[in-house]
Amino acid sequence: MKKTPTVGEILQAKGVSRRGFLKYCATTASILALPPSMIPRIAEAIENARRPSVIWLSFQECTGCTESLTRSASPTVEGLIFDAISLDYHHTLQAAAGDQAEAARHAAMEENDGSYLVLVDGSIPLANPGYSTIAGISNVDMLKETVAGAAAVVSIGSCAAFGGIPGADPNPTGAVSVMDIVTDKPVVNVPGCPPIPMVMTAVLTQFLTFGTLPDLDKHGRPMAFYGKTIHDRCYRRPFYEQGRFAETFDDEGAKAGWCLYKLGCKGPITYNACATTKWNSGTSFPIESGHPCLGCSEPNFWDKGGFYEPLSTGKFDSGERLAGAAAAGVALGVAAAAAGRRKQSKFAKEG
Amino acid sequence: MDLLEFARGPALQWAAYILVAGSIWRIVGILLLKEKSDFSEPRKRAGLGSALKVVYTRSFTAPPFAKATMYPKMMAYVQHVGLFAVVFLFVPHIMFFKGFLGFEWPGLPNSVIYVFGVAAVVASLALLIRRVTSPVLRLISNFDDYFSGFVAILPIATGLLIPVRLGIRYEDLLAIHILSVVLFMIWLPFGKLGHVFLVFITRGTTGIAFERRGAKT
Repeated sequence: MKKTPTVGEILQAKGVSRRGFLKYCATTASILALPPSMIPRIAEAIENARRPSVIWLSFQECTGCTESLTRSASPTVEGLIFDAISLDYHHTLQAAAGDQAEAARHAAMEENDGSYLVLVDGSIPLANPGYSTIAGISNVDMLKETVAGAAAVVSIGSCAAFGGIPGADPNPTGAVSVMDIVTDKPVVNVPGCPPIPMVMTAVLTQFLTFGTLPDLDKHGRPMAFYGKTIHDRCYRRPFYEQGRFAETFDDEGAKAGWCLYKLGCKGPITYNACATTKWNSGTSFPIESGHPCLGCSEPNFWDKGGFYEPLSTGKFDSGERLAGAAAAGVALGVAAAAAGRRKQSKFAKEG
Repeated sequence: MDLLEFARGPALQWAAYILVAGSIWRIVGILLLKEKSDFSEPRKRAGLGSALKVVYTRSFTAPPFAKATMYPKMMAYVQHVGLFAVVFLFVPHIMFFKGFLGFEWPGLPNSVIYVFGVAAVVASLALLIRRVTSPVLRLISNFDDYFSGFVAILPIATGLLIPVRLGIRYEDLLAIHILSVVLFMIWLPFGKLGHVFLVFITRGTTGIAFERRGAKT
């Protein structure tokens, strides 16, 4: 295998200062809930790590996840860390196309057998393999072939993690998640529509540092980022407790930054790091911009009721069935009363 | 479909059908029963006023029994006022009602609701203790008394657990809370919880009957 530069060498070449690099390591340790004593180990591991080979597969997706990653404010250390991986296949970003691109994927798989990472964005259609193909290969076949020699798989975005929007009712393409197909390899879900760039890089950093994947929750998401709800860490939470809510998007409550629960915020049931890690280099997150959380990092978020309906709204169907229940109640009541009257008459006669 | 989706969707839906059908069945079944013939001359004209009067006066204990029933009466008031506040003045609950009524009303801050909720739970426990420690009450109590009390207080208890968590995930607690409400809705028409809608009918009927006989109401 050809000699590849270490991550440390690449960062140095990119002009990243020692201070900046250690700051990144400290932040990563903090985010991953590791003790400060681990910072030197992270720094050492990252500096000396050979660039891991990464194969990025894009299936039924909108390229938003790639956009999220590439639009992260530049230059950031996270971005450079991403430069420091060997992204051997990514059909949106790579220069090669057609046979050359596929040859690059196969070469990466052969050279790094058993040690490369597969990152997937997009869901996999099963209803008809022809719904989504790359170089004439169906998504499901490409996924199975590629993960066969992988060390682990990271599902980037809600489509890869849970089926996402393509999997929303009525799911015309029979879209499924990576976890539905890959059952014999470690799979880490990094959901979000799109996910936070820092979360993606932190998962890779942990893999670089320890050669292990992070602790996961019941949906296969890293606990360090998906362990708390948006609501738990929301700066508008005190307004929720005080019963102060924005009623519309432009009323006085909205201007005063009150809670967005009544406008449909799904923060209480959404596990993600938006409220702390934020977006655009820590500038803000959707709630800070005045929009309720859509719950995009949760399974089936598209089918969980109206985005602008409060979370406590019940999911009732039309009133017709309820009217039917009422009519049934009347019928039962009349029948019960008739039976009661017969009994009353019988007792009166006996009486 | 996860547990929360099930609770918010089919479970709540079917509970609503059962609540509506069961409640109307009970009310219609009682209202259509044959009235007992009364051949005596009425002492007074009895009507809606007589009914409303007893609905009001029976909200308070008659003076001779005031001292003896002070404790359960107080506890029952705390329980009912607490339940009312939690159900109708907690903003997420108001949003639930708005979902099918189409309108809303002002709510209270969560901290105030928590006080009402805890008070309702404590009062319910106090009443339960009284029921099991009093020989007379214990003798006349049946499964319905205990189960109805349990079903009524379960949604409050599960709701109070949501902000506390106890290591359980928010959405799981929310689902458990909604399912406890589902149980409440299903049981309400069939047990003693039916007093929610029957209390005014029975008091009104009593008021009319007593007025007709010239009794002091």
